[in-house]
Amino acid sequence: MSLRPVSQGRRRVAITGMGTINALGCNVPDTLAAMREGRCGIGELDFQDVERLSVRIGAQVHGWEPEAHFNRQQISLYDKFTQFTLLAAKEAVGQSGLNFQGELGLCSGVVLGTAGGGLNTWDENYRAVYEEGKNRVHPFVVPKLMNNAAASHVSMEFGLRGPSFTVATACASSNHAMGLAFQMVRSGAARVMVTGGSEAMLCFGGVKAWEGLRVMSRDACRPFSANRNGMVQGEGAGVFVFEDWDHAAARGADILAEVVGFAMSADAQDIVMPSAQGAERAIAGAMQDAGLNPEDIGYINAHGTGTAANDKTECAAVAHAFGHHADRLMISSTKSMHGHLIGGTGAVELLACVMALRAGIIAPTIGYEEPDPECALDVVPNVAREARVGAVLSNAFAFGGLNAVIALKRA
Amino acid sequence: MSKSVQDRVIAIVAEQAMLDPDEITLGSTPAELGIDSLGLVESIFAIEEAFDISIPFNANEPAQSDFDISSMGAIIAAVEKLVAGKA
Repeated sequence: MSLRPVSQGRRRVAITGMGTINALGCNVPDTLAAMREGRCGIGELDFQDVERLSVRIGAQVHGWEPEAHFNRQQISLYDKFTQFTLLAAKEAVGQSGLNFQGELGLCSGVVLGTAGGGLNTWDENYRAVYEEGKNRVHPFVVPKLMNNAAASHVSMEFGLRGPSFTVATACASSNHAMGLAFQMVRSGAARVMVTGGSEAMLCFGGVKAWEGLRVMSRDACRPFSANRNGMVQGEGAGVFVFEDWDHAAARGADILAEVVGFAMSADAQDIVMPSAQGAERAIAGAMQDAGLNPEDIGYINAHGTGTAANDKTECAAVAHAFGHHADRLMISSTKSMHGHLIGGTGAVELLACVMALRAGIIAPTIGYEEPDPECALDVVPNVAREARVGAVLSNAFAFGGLNAVIALKRA
Repeated sequence: MSKSVQDRVIAIVAEQAMLDPDEITLGSTPAELGIDSLGLVESIFAIEEAFDISIPFNANEPAQSDFDISSMGAIIAAVEKLVAGKA
């Protein structure tokens, strides 16, 4: 098999590796175990100046010790969002068994999503110059905080020398990134793409900014529940290896799932209020791109933020896109457990999709207390369920009205 | 005072180069110590912080700076001058 990118025809796309770190676990097995158990990763936030916040809960990665994973020089260059990304990427690439040091690296790349990039670095250095009155900052502030830092460090870590960049579409960033990675492998523009996203916004400035919008819950994330009162932020990363199917099959790789469709749309309406029509077009578009009928979809990992506006708009979009089948499919929001990882959220949520296809376990929507007639779908309340599903969707609908939906099939 | 500037600058550069201070001589160049351009900028930042001075170093054109980085001896002499100028 030639290692040069093929330019003709549609290639099939296999997932051959996945990795993560988030509030539920520092790897994929721990995270999936937590999702199966319906464990909640949301708790009291712990960082400098947290007492000045009115929102003090989040799905934080507690006990994070960069020294356990990186040397001093690396830590001076890696913001937390880059650290999270590299840890997840090492797990994903390790599972894939791929080595990019040779010719394969020339036609393989990395595309990642993040909304805030090195937000902790901004926060720490603004504090230094504004609050502490310092007139000098560390020379690596810029290379640490830039949104493409994580993608660049992943490219360097593994020798990925093909198409590589970062996508920033707020809460849909990692779905857009994975969708583009999928399109590149499917078109033959790349043989392998390392893709996903990360976010590390849980710092004083990050949460303070979100407080301003007044969409954050002060007690819990309860998607689809009538008494829901807002979103809860999380942090972490999810990274996948998307590989040309024939390449994966030829080397006998363990194929975890197949990526079969992707669609994106813009509401072109409002900077924060979602539109059911925009969401529906992305949902229907992903099925069309995948050649799937509504009846083929057994599970949807919802955007499901737990805000009043998102959840009812999303349910309306699903009801309209699926017609009578909407009452037969399962739709859950795992944000109730790992929080909203903003630019990294779609990547962590795709883990739940792979678990549904591969293990036949549907992750629940926890914190569900009261039915909402505007969210009258099977939201898999509170307890995981066993079910055999052949195809799934993962929704992401960002502030700014930018929507991205991915379709996967059982391998 | 002068001796202590030398020891402190060597200690900073040694930490950056991940070397023992004894392995650094006044004739050593940053390149010989394995310090790349980022490492050099980081060392200069650490020296500025340690002595509370401002070093006129331009990373675009290090040779055109008013700060001689050709050897450890040159760097130490320049730092001593800046520290003296502050007092």
